[in-house]
Amino acid sequence: MRVLLTITTSALLASPGFAAGLEVKVEIPKLDVSEYHRPYVAMWIERPDNTVAANLAVWYDAANTKDKGEKWLKDMRQWWRRTGRELNMPVDGLSGATRPVGTHEVKFEAGHPAIAALQPGEYELIVEAAREVGGREVVRIPFKWPADKEAAGSAGGKEELGAVSLVVKP
Amino acid sequence: MKKQLLIGLALLASMPVAAQAHRAWLYPSSTVLSGDTPYVTVDAAVSNELFYFNHNPMRLDGLTIIGPDGSKVEAENKNTGKYRSTFDVPLKGDGTYRLSVESDGLTASYKINGERKRWRGKPEDFAKDIPQDAEELKATHNQRRLETFVTRGKPTEIKPNATGLELRSKTHPTDLIAGEETTFQLVLDGKPAANVKVEVVPGGSRYRDKVGDFAVTSDAEGAVKIKWPEPGMYYVEASVEDENSAFKEAKQRRASYGATFEVMPE
Repeated sequence: MRVLLTITTSALLASPGFAAGLEVKVEIPKLDVSEYHRPYVAMWIERPDNTVAANLAVWYDAANTKDKGEKWLKDMRQWWRRTGRELNMPVDGLSGATRPVGTHEVKFEAGHPAIAALQPGEYELIVEAAREVGGREVVRIPFKWPADKEAAGSAGGKEELGAVSLVVKP
Repeated sequence: MKKQLLIGLALLASMPVAAQAHRAWLYPSSTVLSGDTPYVTVDAAVSNELFYFNHNPMRLDGLTIIGPDGSKVEAENKNTGKYRSTFDVPLKGDGTYRLSVESDGLTASYKINGERKRWRGKPEDFAKDIPQDAEELKATHNQRRLETFVTRGKPTEIKPNATGLELRSKTHPTDLIAGEETTFQLVLDGKPAANVKVEVVPGGSRYRDKVGDFAVTSDAEGAVKIKWPEPGMYYVEASVEDENSAFKEAKQRRASYGATFEVMPE
């Protein structure tokens, strides 16, 4: 299910010393299922024409003995189609292990290659989760880059993702 | 072999121009794959309802698998059962694989002693199998191509065929999305096939009341536009008749094409 929420600018001032960038919080929900596998999660940035401006993170089970966990990468099917299939996993600075239930914060600061290459404009942060023996879900949060002042946006997943939020630091 | 002949006739009957509607199809276990050692397994059958194997298996004699680098890939575990044939395909490199079952042969109908006979076979057997005194002899060159595509990793270009009927895709055949429109080009012997009816049949008909099939027609450049109503597996077929038979025994040619495409949700 796709959820769109507009960004609200907050009155907060940028914390001094904190570099411009994106802070993403992703909640992996606790699910009452008999067979649970941690979801694969991908996050990336798209331009208004749905082309990919940056890949941010891919959490997958690279330690899996079955094909290094790559067999299931295509189940994040939007990510796979837009960018995943172009990559040769694992990718330094992009791939990471699957995460447990809970809220996980990831920061992408100005020095990060994805942020450094981001041209001024309108974008969407996309987070996609796919779980073995489970479902798949995509949420989107629009944002403008760079931000004049700190801006925040959020979207709630319904099945495979919990709360997802984005803070854009000026 | 009698059984093979029967199957052959069933395949002939699968042509849209024929009265019967049996379709011959390939059904891959997946069309989009990732990882280093994926396999697809494929059902191959002839049936009315798509994609249910409940009538005849497809013979795998004409099976060809072409890998992304243009080389032939050997199918593994080929088996022909009561209602379907199956085979496995190892996807050892990234890119798109073309899986096709092709046949090029002759069919004939004639009368002998007032009795109507049908024959199907190779050109070299024509003279010895068809009686000299056959009446109302009509022979047709049947050029048939059935195919499907699977991709490991990033899709790659598909080498076009020189002869027969085929759909070429500008958007990629393993990159089809429900709600989006795909433009194919229908070509015959490498040239645009204009004004040909192309039938689109969604799979899964057992679980709904309407078949949901529809037809589109190729334009002057052979362009065929298909908008996929729902995610799922689809069968797309077309056939043409002309007088470009490759065999001296027949004047007519019937070139037919049937492909299975997977359409993903966004």
